[in-house]
Amino acid sequence: MRTLAAKVHVEKLSAWYGEKLAIQDIILDFEEHAVSGIIGPSGCGKSTLIRCINRMHETIPKARAEGKVLLDDKDIYELPAVSVRRRIGMVFQKPNPFPTMSIYENVAAGLRLNGERKREKLDAAVLESLKAAALWDEVKDSLDKSGAGLSGGQQQRLCIARALAVKPEVILMDEPCSALDPIATAKIEDLIFDLKKDYTVVIVTHNMQQAARVAETTAFMYLGKVIEVNRTRELFERPRESLTESYITGRFG
Amino acid sequence: MKFRFDRDTRRRWINLVMSIAALACVAIAILPLGSILFEATVRGSQAISWNFLTQPSGQGGIGNSIQGTLILISLTALIALPVGIITGIYLSEFGKNPIGGAVRFFVEVMTQIPSIVVGIFAYSLILELGVLGVVSNRLVFSTTTGVLALAPIMIPFVARTSEEALRLVPNSTREAALALGIPRYRTILRVVLPSCASALVTGGLLGIARVGGETAPLIMTAFLSPDWFGGLDQPIDALPLRIYRFAIGPSPTEHAAAWGASLILVLIMLGISIISRTVLRLRSVSR
Repeated sequence: MRTLAAKVHVEKLSAWYGEKLAIQDIILDFEEHAVSGIIGPSGCGKSTLIRCINRMHETIPKARAEGKVLLDDKDIYELPAVSVRRRIGMVFQKPNPFPTMSIYENVAAGLRLNGERKREKLDAAVLESLKAAALWDEVKDSLDKSGAGLSGGQQQRLCIARALAVKPEVILMDEPCSALDPIATAKIEDLIFDLKKDYTVVIVTHNMQQAARVAETTAFMYLGKVIEVNRTRELFERPRESLTESYITGRFG
Repeated sequence: MKFRFDRDTRRRWINLVMSIAALACVAIAILPLGSILFEATVRGSQAISWNFLTQPSGQGGIGNSIQGTLILISLTALIALPVGIITGIYLSEFGKNPIGGAVRFFVEVMTQIPSIVVGIFAYSLILELGVLGVVSNRLVFSTTTGVLALAPIMIPFVARTSEEALRLVPNSTREAALALGIPRYRTILRVVLPSCASALVTGGLLGIARVGGETAPLIMTAFLSPDWFGGLDQPIDALPLRIYRFAIGPSPTEHAAAWGASLILVLIMLGISIISRTVLRLRSVSR
């Protein structure tokens, strides 16, 4: 289904690790200013799919992808990879702040290491991003402390702030709450809800309740293929495919 | 009451025995180190005096040997650290292919070549070049040849420790940087290298210590000198060589001097290690 408001359009995308086919002929749209969920059992290719969307897949030796990913109707595989990654940010499963950098430096890293030197600009970006990631109040007095000293949930919000600082248009989240406790998870979910005002968010999740809580549309993947895409509510309440139904009712996966 | 040797009691006894065994092994491992330091301090301190430390060996001191060792170490490190670290970066970040495998194999082999063989190689190389008239004949016994003999010992060592240090940086750190649109070279230079700085420094220090204690390759290259450093094309003194010379000497004064020089060599290595670690600690972010 090709919608008008699609920010990202995935067109017949397949990806391999060496000889192993991980995802096959994926066709999928992600709406602008909305949260799109991707669910499915482990190893179904959810992570591979979103890693192809910001060209992180190809950083793995011997991994390759074929097909198109259109960002605002332009194929990202025809653009330089670094500029694609600046426009399409990513938050990983395990919080991964830079261990040697302070909280400030972590958030500023994307700008600074891409050549921004002006102190005022960095200061402004750090303030804005930490506020947008709902972390400012907790860290405003310890910006020069190491990011590794924060709690898991705070670290993950720091990683979100770091991704926001480079002002991406799309944010990909790869199971961002799977290493967090329920309270930290709830905070991140609130945050995701706020983020969609300004960003297009794609979230891969293991947790079906999470998809139901945060995503407008959800795609169900199985064995490297998209089985079904629909409004989240429809998908969970009236699945069209029997595979989807068995998965969401917990018969496998 | 009947004594019951139940599983819990047994477990506690085994735990006690194993703990003692582990402590004993630690003691055995530390004993030689402790006794070396002790002997060097006790016997060496008699020899150490202001004159001993500041006079060149022509006047019975080791001032020029200290200077020589520092010069040899610095020049060798100047060559070997960049080459070794860059090789380590290549192996860790780009070396997952047949070429990387070959380089890794040669580095491995090079670390196992006895140092005296490297010495002979450097000596013959300069000698042959001298005979051919490419370099001056004087260069055969010189600082330059000494460095040429030490660098091939240090480079593979540093390359290996750097590769291992870089591999300690989790891939998630690299991915975090790449996903921000930071180019790969800058990810390596500004994110990966700082993340393993302490391991890199440790490797470099071990390399320096290794080279600082080398005697064999210097015998036929640096060649000892009774005088202060006189230029890159002149023979140069070094502490390990001087210790050897003192030790094979006949008189008790010379034996004491050998211990004194050994103590200084150990202290120099310790000093370098403490200074670099302090610098590193001052630079890191507080938690």
